[in-house]
Formats: sequence, structure tokens, C-alpha cells
Amino acid sequence: MKYKVSIGLETHVQLKTRSKIWCGCPNRFGQPANTDICPVCLGYPGALPSLNREAVRLTVVTGLMLGSTINRRSKFDRKSYFYPDMPKNYQISQYDEPFCTGGHLNINVNGGSKRVEITRIHLEEDVGKSIHFEQSSGVDFNRAGTPLMEIVSEPELESPDEAFAYLTALKQVLLYGDISEGNLEEGNIRCDINCSLRPMDSDVLGSKIEIKNMNTFRGVHRSLVYEIKRQIGILDNGGVIQQETRRWDDDSGLTSIMRTKEHAHDYRYFPEPDLMPIVLTSEEIDAMRSAIPELPADRRNRFAVEYGLPEYDAGILTSDRDLADFYEAAAKISGNYKAVSNWIMTDMLHYLSEEGIGIDKIKITPEALAELVDLVVQNTINMPAAKKIFRILLESGGKPTAIMEDKGLAQISDSDSIDVFVEEALSSHPSSVADYRSGKKAALQFLVGQVMRLSKGKANPRAAMESLKRRLDSGDPGN
Amino acid sequence: METGTRQNTEHIDVSYVAHLARLHLADSEIQVFQKQLDHILQHVHMLTHLDVDHVEPTAHAMPVENAYREDDIRPCLSHDEVMDNAPNGRGGLFIVPKIIE
Ligand SMILES: [Zn+2]
Repeated sequence: MKYKVSIGLETHVQLKTRSKIWCGCPNRFGQPANTDICPVCLGYPGALPSLNREAVRLTVVTGLMLGSTINRRSKFDRKSYFYPDMPKNYQISQYDEPFCTGGHLNINVNGGSKRVEITRIHLEEDVGKSIHFEQSSGVDFNRAGTPLMEIVSEPELESPDEAFAYLTALKQVLLYGDISEGNLEEGNIRCDINCSLRPMDSDVLGSKIEIKNMNTFRGVHRSLVYEIKRQIGILDNGGVIQQETRRWDDDSGLTSIMRTKEHAHDYRYFPEPDLMPIVLTSEEIDAMRSAIPELPADRRNRFAVEYGLPEYDAGILTSDRDLADFYEAAAKISGNYKAVSNWIMTDMLHYLSEEGIGIDKIKITPEALAELVDLVVQNTINMPAAKKIFRILLESGGKPTAIMEDKGLAQISDSDSIDVFVEEALSSHPSSVADYRSGKKAALQFLVGQVMRLSKGKANPRAAMESLKRRLDSGDPGN
Repeated sequence: METGTRQNTEHIDVSYVAHLARLHLADSEIQVFQKQLDHILQHVHMLTHLDVDHVEPTAHAMPVENAYREDDIRPCLSHDEVMDNAPNGRGGLFIVPKIIE
């Protein structure tokens, strides 16, 4: 039978703040266990949370970038939680009054684009990290109290590819907005998946399977491929899908059951008495709105229209905010949009991936790239010389004109100088001259090559060819 | 986000709540607490006789909003202080009974 797949994602994003959400402990990764903690992180009796203003701002800015409704009034709630990685035995989260409601994210998948609705965005605290041993478990609370934003999508994703595209697009927005470091290795973005199948002709959603705690986008894709196949296998054999929570094992490539619905949690949410409600004025929201950057999708479309770039190039150039900024700065100075794009799309991106570095570490400036493009357009240098200069700019920086002069890479275009090389080429290769005159036009290319060789690559190839042709065709030989 | 059910009833199921709270109560204790909680709920239920149509629901007694802290780093506890109260620690970690999800 044919089935329709419905996938929803709950994405948890660690926010880029200096301090934690309720206390002044640093929000950072990779410290020795249990060193970035205080009585608030440890849930000591009497310790009180104090809300980090920046965490609220980042959550609201995310909502604005995703077109959410920003709720004028929000509050925090306690959610019962009985694991040792949360010593309070409750997690502070938001239940019925989150910061943002609704919104959407445009994703690109298989050459098409799709709008995915967002249900809500709320703010909560991350929990500590547990490490399991043979007989016991160990807990590190450094992560406890990291501001954690949860973005809930509607179950509108219909394939593993769409889920992957959603996460990719979401990460891009988060990086554009400077909301999160977006580092998957450090657990900055994690998600829970829910997935259900129903026969194509049915309107009733199937039983929901949850897959918890995914921390790579590839893992999300693989686990969904597996899970959909598993569920189809059960349904095709007349079986019934039980609502349950499963875990993904990346090594074996399998999901296994964690708990069934009978063991589903009753979280007993209730209003957090230690935190006051948050009321945002329209002035505050407007101020945050005016500070949000252009979204990746908008910028891609603008690059295509404003700079006349192919969709593909515009997509690559806007995939990273710094890269897009670099392109735009160089393009504006140069005015030669396509040439600037070509240099970045080929030589520069190749160099970056070769070196394994980001655009922020690169030595060439947008001004230098614009100047290099100008030197080529003005015929001051030829392409092989430009490539040499570009390499030097990438490795050491500097000014193209200065490098050109220093390395003697300027192109020779004046006819008197070219003619000297042309005459030498003709007199040294009488047989090629004869070939050309007897109709073998390919001999011309050979002679141009000789001029380039004699000039050590500096002759303007077009000027050389014109001079050669003039002499060969007029029968005014140098021999 | 999983939503919890919120009961709006005059009765609290003590054995269920005890189970949620990981409390192990004897049957005799359940009977005592059940009776006591029923009394408390009855008392609170008196509020339903009041006209609160024009009163905004609130979770707080104080009319305070937007109690923010600026995003500044303050000193943490030292690692030794942190571990002082822990019955069991190893390799900088708090050691607890094995966690089963
Ligand atoms: Zn702390």
C-alpha cells in the first residue's frame, strides 16, 4: 500500500549568550566537569533563578525571523522531571504562554521550495550531561542552565529529505541571526522527531512515533529512512503501530523502543512562582525587528535579481552570512558582478575547503578582489597572471597592483613590444608560416604559443594573435 | 513539546500523584493524605462561589513584570566546594545510581 508520511521536528537550540539563563555562570563548552556551576545551577534549596535578558531577545528575534507572532505576555512554568541531570526535579520551561506562536520556514528540496509552518517557539533551560558506567552514572552540570530555545514545527514534512532540508534551512537562519553557535559537534542544535504514517486515502493521522535526542542532521535523515521502512513493514503485514518513544543508535543504524504510551509522562506543568511574567511592548518588539538581518532565502533571491547571478551561484554565495557579505562588498566596489562571483565560486571556495578554514580566516579583502577583477577587465594582466596574484592574495593578502609590479606580471599589450616577439616567432618557425599560408590555420595557435613563451607569459594573447595574422595574411613575412 | 494533562477536579488521586512524584506511600498513608487533600480542595473550592469574571488570572501575588538580569558573567563556586556535599564523586563527576531511561 502507499502511505503518506508526516514528520514534525522539535528542535532545541542552545543560545549564544555569555552567561546562563538563570545565573551568571558562563555559557560555554568544553570546561572540566562541574566547574561552571553555582547554587542556582545545582538547584540548592533557596537558590532563585534570575532571567537573562539576552536569552529572551534571541528567542524573540528568532520568532521575528520566522514570521511568528510575538506574544505580548509570556510566562515560565515548571515541568516535572525526575532524572539526576536536573537536580531541582523540575525543568523550567514554557507551557501555555510561550514567547512566539506560529511562523514558517521556507525549505529547498529536490529543486523545489516548500513552506513549513512553525507551531511555537519557547525558552527553557538545558539539563546537565550524564555519562553511564557499568554500575553507576556520572553527572556533569556544566551544561545545566544553558538557555535552550525549542522550535516546534507542524507535522508537515513528508520525507527524510524534507526533514534534512528543514534543519539545514533552520540552521542557516540561526547563523544569520547570530542566535546560536550552531555547532552540532558541541550539541548546540538537537532535535526530537515525531513521525507517523497513514494510507494515502486516509485523513486520520497514524500513531505517532517519537525518536528522541538526535544530534546530527545526517542521523535524523538515516533514522527516518529506517523508521519509515519499519512502519511500512508493520502496516503492510496488517500490523498496528503503537504510539511509543524510540531511540536511534547511529552505530547499528536501528531505532529501539524507549517507552510506550502507557509510560508516557504526565509532566504536571504549573506556573513557575520564582519568575515574573514577561510583558513586551510593541516599541521593544519593533526595535528588535529593525535589527534583524536579511534572511538567507530573501538574500538569495535578491542576489539573483540585483546581481544577475544564476540561482545556483546565488544559493552558494548566500549559504553563509560572512561569504555573502564578502561577495556583496566586492561586487559593489567592482561593479562586475559575474566576474567577482566567478572568482569566489571557483578559486576562493576551493582554497577554503583545501585549507579547511572559514571565510572569516581569509587574508584577501573584498577591495583586493575588486581591484584584481579590474586589472583583468582593463587588460592590465592576463588570466594566468591573475590566477597567480589571486593565490598570493589568498595566502598572504596585499594589493593586486603592488603584487603585479613586484612579480613583473603586467601584461604587454603595446604593439611595438608585441611586434618584437612576433617577429622572432615568425623567423624562428618558417615551416609554421608555410603551413598557415598553405591553409593549415592551426599553425596560428602554435605561433601565438611561441609569442607567449618568448614574452614569459606576459604578452596579451589577443594582441599577439592580431599582429601575427596581420603579417601572415598580408604576405609581409618576417622571413 | 508534550503537553501534560491538567486536572480540573475536586479530587486528587493520591496514589497516582505519589507515583508521579516517586513517593512510596503505605496504604494507610494514602488514606490519610487522601482525606486531608480532599478537605483542602473543598476549602479552595469555595473560590468558585466568588464572582471573578472581572479579575485577570495570575500566578503571582505581586504585580511585578520583566525582572531581568543583564547577560554578565559572575563567579561560580569552586569545584571543591561543589563536590563537598556530594556523597559520591569520581573524575569530577557526581556519581549517582545508574540512570535508566
Ligand atoms: Zn550557575
